[in-house]
Amino acid sequence: MPELRPPAAARRHLLSVQGMSREDVERILETARRMASSLDREMKKLPTLRGRTVVNLFYESSTRTLASFELAAKRLSADTMSIRASGSSVDKGESLKDTASTLAAYDPDIIVVRHPSIGAAQLVSRCTAASVVNAGDGKHQHPTQAVLDLYAMEEAFGRLEGLHVAIVGDVLHSRVARSLVQALELVGARSTLIGPPTLVPRGMEALGCSTSSDIRDAVQADVLYVLRMQRERMAPGEAFIPSLREYTALYGITPERVRPGQVVMHPGPMNRGVEIDARVADSEAALVGNQVRAGLVVRMAVLYDVLTVAPVAAPVAAGVM
Amino acid sequence: MLFSRNGRSDSTALEGRVVAPAQGIDECLRVVVTDGIISAIEPAPASRLVIAPAFVDPHVHLRTPGREDEETLRSGTEAAAAGGYCAILAMPNTEPVVDSAAVLGALIEGARAEAVVPTGFMAAISKGQRGEELSEMAELALAGAAAFTDDGRPVESAGLMRRALQYSALAGRPLALHCEERTLSRGGHAHEGRVSAEIGVGPYPSSAESLMVERDLALAALEERPLHLMHLSARESVDALRRARDEGVAATAEVTPHHLCLTDDAVRSLDPNFKMNPPLRSEDDRRALIDALRDGTITAIATDHAPHARHEKDVPFEDAPFGVIGLETAFAVLHTQLVLPGELALEVLLERMSAGPARGFGIAEPRIEVGARGNLVALDLDAEWEVTEDGFRSLSANSWLLGKSLRGRVVRTIADGREVFAA
Repeated sequence: MPELRPPAAARRHLLSVQGMSREDVERILETARRMASSLDREMKKLPTLRGRTVVNLFYESSTRTLASFELAAKRLSADTMSIRASGSSVDKGESLKDTASTLAAYDPDIIVVRHPSIGAAQLVSRCTAASVVNAGDGKHQHPTQAVLDLYAMEEAFGRLEGLHVAIVGDVLHSRVARSLVQALELVGARSTLIGPPTLVPRGMEALGCSTSSDIRDAVQADVLYVLRMQRERMAPGEAFIPSLREYTALYGITPERVRPGQVVMHPGPMNRGVEIDARVADSEAALVGNQVRAGLVVRMAVLYDVLTVAPVAAPVAAGVM
Repeated sequence: MLFSRNGRSDSTALEGRVVAPAQGIDECLRVVVTDGIISAIEPAPASRLVIAPAFVDPHVHLRTPGREDEETLRSGTEAAAAGGYCAILAMPNTEPVVDSAAVLGALIEGARAEAVVPTGFMAAISKGQRGEELSEMAELALAGAAAFTDDGRPVESAGLMRRALQYSALAGRPLALHCEERTLSRGGHAHEGRVSAEIGVGPYPSSAESLMVERDLALAALEERPLHLMHLSARESVDALRRARDEGVAATAEVTPHHLCLTDDAVRSLDPNFKMNPPLRSEDDRRALIDALRDGTITAIATDHAPHARHEKDVPFEDAPFGVIGLETAFAVLHTQLVLPGELALEVLLERMSAGPARGFGIAEPRIEVGARGNLVALDLDAEWEVTEDGFRSLSANSWLLGKSLRGRVVRTIADGREVFAA
């Protein structure tokens, strides 16, 4: 096993929305807009990260996040490789730390990490010399998702300041909700978390949002942000709701629950007929496709940002360092 | 009940400001130890050292048998000596569990060969700590068990807990309880509150501890039996304990240095060295613990020294095991973070680290008087030092204090008449 090199002090990571400043978010959104205009050209590839290496280390199944990070790196001309948990040394019981330090021997500039456990991205940032981008760690954070959601909202409304977003569903198990609430707070938008009391953890209000268990409270919002009902995170015998049927009756987003003028967002993958009615998912109001496109340009912007922007003076724990 | 390597009894002398709260001493003296016994206490000139009765830790994981890569009887007791301790009690949640006279006997033999500091061994309340049937407490007590605990896990069944209280009268040794209602703490990795909501880790609410504390205090009242509550962390638990003590329940309790010094704010770093069971709680809980320590509701400071191999803690926060080491830093960190800022009097700290825990477990109180066995610690309150991985005698380095600077240092330890540590 190669010896770990001391972590470089000047590296930047994107581990969490906490510790990002409003300037960080706005700069990444601005870069993403520039990236988007480049994608309208016939020759879509930019030379920006030529000679740089981006490793995607994915311990959780993911279609859109992995695809979008891979494509983002390629569009920026970086060398990229993706390692999935299945079919690798990970299956042979190698620890995250050992896998990360093995990959670090190839001198990657960026390691993008997705892992089912909270703190995984922090661990990788401690044991490699690369910049680390958190692509989702357990129920903790998914910062690029939050920024791409802001991008799609700004596209739809022309502004972020003053927007009201109702986030509906399984907040407890959702890294997306946690990251998005913090990101909305940063840019002067507000959020309301709506779901059954068993799935909206106490203490979330401290993040700057309000909470409710009544779907009717979503009617005022500009955006209905629908969370995936994460059945796989509910251990047997520890159900947080009596049945999906009852959940859908109380919180499922049906056409009747969407006010004209509201837009509907979903981080995917959708459970049609559970948290979102197919008629809503396929309607004009749904921005799901815009979110996917935003994902590509925002991830291009993030890869560019962690490598090119001067590091902040004081490293902030668990944030952008 | 306490076992250590048999050896010499030393003759030596310690000079300094003697602070022995139980004996009402606070003056500059020279304490002369002859053949292990305090033979004279004489006036002495002022000195920068404080001499106090040595410390007693009622809650240490020595990981032996089973995980000798993490700690051994020798390394753990050397760590205790460096921390100023003259007696420690080891937990039975080893591999195998200390639930039979045979396993206990082997440990006692081991301690007689290896333990630098007198060590007592707790045995399990239930066989295999499975919470199903009582261990053979009477035989275990005869074989030398210091007390009984299923530490690491609660006695989930109220019925079995009641029987354990009844039966412990035969053993004549206290029950020490890890209070956790697991249907509330399951999947929990941090205190339920703002921080757990923010970072998304599974919540471990205060009520998971306090409900079990209230149940066990009610059973102790019913059976009129004493009990000891381990590593209290929540205000609700402290309040329940205070009420029960006022009503005459013979309950004692301990608190750890990390619960006295830290809150769940520290968990934001996602550093696995801030992951403990019970978890670090809110500032309000921390204040309640300090108040209870001050007013004597909590009688003892216990480190819950819990060594873990480096590779076990070098994982994402959520995957890491609970526990941190503490023997070698307990006095220094409490002196730095509670005594120096004026939160706790030095005399109270010294009492709760020595006589308090000793009384709770029927261990002879370390005393500074002519004729007593030499159990003494010399402290340099002005010494500043940095906690480093290389500095530990413990085989493990999972300390939440790595890289931190502390003020106050143990410079000599005399345990049972022998000098076991000199800086």
